[in-house]
Amino acid sequence: MQFPIYLDYSATTPVDPRVAAKMAECLTLEANFGNPASRSHMFGWKAEEAVETARRQVADLINCDPREIVWTSGATEADNLAIKGAAHFYVKKGKHIITSKIEHKAVLDSCRQLEREGFEVTYLDPSAAGIISPEAVAAAIRPDTTLVSLMHVNNEIGVINDIAAIGKVTREHKVIFHVDAAQSTGKLDIDLEEMQVDLMSLTAHKTYGPKGIGALYVRRKPRVRIEPQMHGGGHERGMRSGTLATHQIVGMGEAYRLAKEEMHAENIRLLALRNRLLDGFKDMEEVFVNGDADHRVAGNLNISFNFVEGESLMMALRDLAVSSGSACTSASLEPSYVLRAIGLNDELAHSSLRMTMGRFTTEEEIDYSIVKVREAVGKLRELSPLWDMHKDGIDLSQVKWAAH
Amino acid sequence: MAYSEKVLDHYENPRNVGKMDDDDVNVGTGMVGAPACGDVMRLQIKVDDNGIIEDAKFKTYGCGSAIASSSLLTEWVKGRSLDEATQIKNSDIAEELGLPPVKIHCSVLAEDAIKAAIEDVKQKRKG
Repeated sequence: MQFPIYLDYSATTPVDPRVAAKMAECLTLEANFGNPASRSHMFGWKAEEAVETARRQVADLINCDPREIVWTSGATEADNLAIKGAAHFYVKKGKHIITSKIEHKAVLDSCRQLEREGFEVTYLDPSAAGIISPEAVAAAIRPDTTLVSLMHVNNEIGVINDIAAIGKVTREHKVIFHVDAAQSTGKLDIDLEEMQVDLMSLTAHKTYGPKGIGALYVRRKPRVRIEPQMHGGGHERGMRSGTLATHQIVGMGEAYRLAKEEMHAENIRLLALRNRLLDGFKDMEEVFVNGDADHRVAGNLNISFNFVEGESLMMALRDLAVSSGSACTSASLEPSYVLRAIGLNDELAHSSLRMTMGRFTTEEEIDYSIVKVREAVGKLRELSPLWDMHKDGIDLSQVKWAAH
Repeated sequence: MAYSEKVLDHYENPRNVGKMDDDDVNVGTGMVGAPACGDVMRLQIKVDDNGIIEDAKFKTYGCGSAIASSSLLTEWVKGRSLDEATQIKNSDIAEELGLPPVKIHCSVLAEDAIKAAIEDVKQKRKG
């Protein structure tokens, strides 16, 4: 085993060696280094061909037309382009946008920016399981609603929204539907011929591709329009200017090709690993899984160990690379807004641990992690006055705490 | 976040972890913080007939810096008089442990805890 053990695949994934090999073919003088926009010579043509192959590979994974793919620097840029781009283009129709409280910051902050510009945003509450229902979306739609933006899979709790059902609602009301799919590509089947999604944000680095590259899917039929946010040479049919990064794009294409080939087998393996991990904690007291247990991607476990604070837990787990919803791990000193929005109290939000598994996680690593987590929780509970009080039968919610 | 050697040492080998009998008139308990804020400290001191702190125990729910701050404090107060212990400042703790600005509140909490424990034992002895 190599230490530390990487259990943070939802933050990013390593580049698959097969992807890295393809990328390396697009850098040096002897290789495919040309500018895909150069129309006057072989170097440009070859680079353009590589970019178009990758575009097809990306389109294949989500079952759309390659002409519907617009390259971006990642999902954050795709979210910005989709939300601001659509809101601005359809501003004459209305200035109301619907999203949820557990979206990624790239979506929430884009919405905040639009609020500053005079748009109105409705932030839907998820269920306690972390799900946004089609009914909740339907109830929030108004005559002046132009855009609904929701994530396919939540980055913290791995919970899956029913995008197909929500798409029916938005299409019926002629509202643009944007989906952030950064956490679902290569984990769930996405079929844009079936799903009535208008805009979809994609990224490479959560699916074993490189960082710094992503894409926005922009539907052609019925045609969806967006205002560009980046102006320049008119690349990507005017929607996103900037010289295309051939090596990054080729990497994303290869990563998505591999994902399509391997995701079904990989999901079975990951689910077995997650069940094994969860099984390792099942006899412990006061342990809670955060988010829906079934509507959840295979590699995600988000779990709270009550009466233990997340940062100190991670400190004890220096052999493991995991993340926590504890305030102390964030710059803001606020516990996870996602866990708060699904109704967790502050204590449980502070006590959460996110462990996300992926392509290179082994059974041996899971078994080792179980032992380490159990040891650490045991040690910290021995140190915890809250654990003492719980053991003495004191109801902590009835205690008057001196907040500070 | 990178931790100082001293924080790591106290976190790995916390001193004086435990609980004393709160009904003992010579034991003072200071419980500060709130679970919602992510840290709760319980600091207890036992005072002898001469007003000297002969023992100290703590339990802390919180980050590594909070655990280290309370562990260090139990070491410092032992053998001191109540008046001397009152003099301990949060800045002394922060400096000793090399706490970054974002963790200063952990040392503030420790100072609050010892003050509360001293106050508690004084009240008890009066009564």
